[in-house]
Amino acid sequence: MTTQARVANTTEKSDAAPGRNRPTRPIYLDYQATTPMDPRVLETMIPYFTEKFGNPHSRSHTYGWEAEEAVEKARAQVAHIIGADEREVIFTSGATESNNLALKGVAHFYKDRKNHLVTLVTEHKCVLDSMRHLEEEGFQVTYLPVKQDGLVDLAELEAAITDKTVIVSIMAVNNEIGVIQPLAEIGKLCRKKGVFFHTDCAQAVGKIPLDVEAMNIDLMSISGHKIYGPKGIGALYVRRKPRIRLQALITGGGQERGMRSGTLPTPLCVGLGEACEIAEREMPEESKRLTKLRDRFYNAIKAKLPEVYLNGSLEHRIPGNLNLSFAYVEGESLILGINDLSVSSGSACTSASLEPSYVLRALGVDEAMAHTSLRIGFGRFTTEDEVDRAVQDIVEHVTKLREMSPLWEMFQDGVDIKSIQWAAH
Amino acid sequence: MAYSEKVIDHYNNPRNVGSLDKGAEDVGTGLVGAPACGDVMKLQIKVSADGIIQDAKFKTFGCGSAIASSSLATEWIKGKSIDQAETIKNTEIAQHLALPPVKIHCSVLAEDAIKAAIADYRAKAGAKPKAAE
Repeated sequence: MTTQARVANTTEKSDAAPGRNRPTRPIYLDYQATTPMDPRVLETMIPYFTEKFGNPHSRSHTYGWEAEEAVEKARAQVAHIIGADEREVIFTSGATESNNLALKGVAHFYKDRKNHLVTLVTEHKCVLDSMRHLEEEGFQVTYLPVKQDGLVDLAELEAAITDKTVIVSIMAVNNEIGVIQPLAEIGKLCRKKGVFFHTDCAQAVGKIPLDVEAMNIDLMSISGHKIYGPKGIGALYVRRKPRIRLQALITGGGQERGMRSGTLPTPLCVGLGEACEIAEREMPEESKRLTKLRDRFYNAIKAKLPEVYLNGSLEHRIPGNLNLSFAYVEGESLILGINDLSVSSGSACTSASLEPSYVLRALGVDEAMAHTSLRIGFGRFTTEDEVDRAVQDIVEHVTKLREMSPLWEMFQDGVDIKSIQWAAH
Repeated sequence: MAYSEKVIDHYNNPRNVGSLDKGAEDVGTGLVGAPACGDVMKLQIKVSADGIIQDAKFKTFGCGSAIASSSLATEWIKGKSIDQAETIKNTEIAQHLALPPVKIHCSVLAEDAIKAAIADYRAKAGAKPKAAE
């Protein structure tokens, strides 16, 4: 479709916003924000909404028993993908709740002995915000910087751990730049130092091999909707040997071994379990396929556009993510142009604000360059044809916007943009 | 973010994109904003001897609203005297484009760009007789 045709389409109705009222759906390239449910997952869930609707905590009849059986099967499926025992998995409403429960729950339980937590500046907002709340309560938190490639400096981590440190929380895969932290090394260090290791694996489960034993992980947060499962469900892995204790955030009937009360949503649990099983089974093939698609995209972009920079390590990165700075083109204007593609600038959580991404800033990407970045996420339903169309669309609009950019003009004329005295506003 | 139709129109069909010779005596150049803040506007005017803006060009690094604000600014000032152009308020630009509150700064930047271009032109014009002396 030409630009003109798209304009006609989006402006036909007065309430037409970009992305609405168009005959064809945009190409979805935002798999780190969320994923569509796999139809196979949905299929396993449906009976538990209707005929098998029982409360899994009902002990006295078939309805309860069959729901309980389904929930326990799902728990085992979740445990299996991370090499855990099913008794170590508790269901939550999602990774945000899991992160809150892991950090606040552990901090509160052990507060008489230890009062210090360690994390990274590039963690997801829900980890950082839980830390802020704990700081308000009097806990000490160390926010470690990351290296230019987005990875933790293990020497700095070791130096940050004190005899007052109760827990280290480091995400497995970053949601904006897709970089993979050295979990096994972090786990080894934490075990040696006698501190708990929590890792937010919302972006990692089903994408990289995870093993709580080999990696010495004590607590792990898991999300359903990032792995082609339903929204509104997640899990927290809590180690049993040696036993990790935590204070519940939600109290009530004492479900989930007292760590998370509330009736389990059977269909959602079933969906998360099935999503884990499919992801585990298909991971080797899917990783290869996504790496091929990602490379195809990245190589084509680099061949057709100068001055494009990758943010974060390419080597230590999940195959389904790219975060690119298209120098001299502001990200939001680019997204407006490529409205046949669904991508995000910065993180979906922060792109409503005008601040450039705090993750990119932490890598040392300068503010001007951070304003030009797009996160492009590939996933299970991305096709080669979609990748090719995306490349074409991005190249066309970056070229058009650069012709309109005073910074691109200065760059072409050899002017050093950093030498100009810009007025802050 | 839902943009208004007028913003989309200016974004897709920007008016007066380009550059004028910034060394020319009858050209005033305004460069406002900062790359670190996510928007930079360059607005140029070519002014006749009787103070009428004969041509205006812009280049903008910024969001759709920033591009639309500068595009609209060039459209409005063309044919006006520099004194008239100077009276254009950011609120008029914001209102015309139906900018949401978070994008008001784009219209402020466009007003600043017009004023900066006029100031540059006046500085050149003022310097000219002195140079001749």
